[in-house]
Amino acid sequence: MGVDNPLGENIITTSLDKLVNWSRKSSIWPMTFGLACCAIEMMATGASHNDLDRFGIIFRASPRQSDCIIIAGTVTKKMLPVIMTVYEQMPEPKWVVAMGACACSGGVFDTYSVVQGIDEALPVDVYIPGCPPRPEALLFGLLKLQDKIWNDKNSFGSSIGLGTRIDGATT
Amino acid sequence: MAENNRAVLKLKEKFAASIIDVVEFRDEVTVTVKKDAITDILMFLKQSLQYNLLTDLTAVDYLGKKEERFMMVYQLYSIPNKDRLRIKTPVNEVECKIPSAIPVWATANWLEREVYDLFGITFDNHPDLRRILMTDDWVGHPLRKDYPLQGPDREPYKGRLS
Repeated sequence: MGVDNPLGENIITTSLDKLVNWSRKSSIWPMTFGLACCAIEMMATGASHNDLDRFGIIFRASPRQSDCIIIAGTVTKKMLPVIMTVYEQMPEPKWVVAMGACACSGGVFDTYSVVQGIDEALPVDVYIPGCPPRPEALLFGLLKLQDKIWNDKNSFGSSIGLGTRIDGATT
Repeated sequence: MAENNRAVLKLKEKFAASIIDVVEFRDEVTVTVKKDAITDILMFLKQSLQYNLLTDLTAVDYLGKKEERFMMVYQLYSIPNKDRLRIKTPVNEVECKIPSAIPVWATANWLEREVYDLFGITFDNHPDLRRILMTDDWVGHPLRKDYPLQGPDREPYKGRLS
């Protein structure tokens, strides 16, 4: 890169954006929040066999410590205000994963009491199809979310109040 | 047969004028009675015939199938006699109310709230007749047959367009 390297391999040069993106994508802390059978599969993904911890994905019990919410299951109209409250309590930046057919589109529940996809209420970053999706599918979706975070622009600038973050998926 | 059922015999003896129908199907006895006498009959069944457990209380909507639109259903169980009995009573749409069963079985409280919520049948002398499943601001009663499945504000799914 044309930069002198007097300290050998002990120094790497990078952009601040990449540094921020790397730390964000390597520590996605999802909210511990399950709604239906997808939550069982989400728990299986977090457990030792699939082991989400190796991606730095650690479920947090408080929305204040979370930067991702996995909508794992059927969202009823009665539950939607609760989800909105949890989402609003999460600090920026935050991401939403719609896990399973119900969270993506309402699934088989084409009825009066079910929200026809969580994207009616929240900005969804990753949709994972399946009923329920297998742990591999959820893992793949979370890796896609990591890619998206990695491609964010101006993530450092926006965090110190200069401009806004440009979403990775739009670039 | 149902005619020999102890509870049915006692009911016929005491409330002959109020009994509309007695049916036995697969060892399940169902007695259909008139709405006016429902509290007396339920009280009699509990106090004299030991039907001390109300296992369920629900309703059926016979829109367009029967003269009187709704049918209240009481599923009773007698713990000492290990015996079940089903009591039904028709409720028409115009006068869509029925006396509460709470004085007989306290457990009827939430069950009646559910029937009120989903069918819109009101219960006289219910101490707390609010919706129990749907939100407080919900309009309509979703288990009525004329309530659209997808809700009133949305078109039904018409299948894939491609």
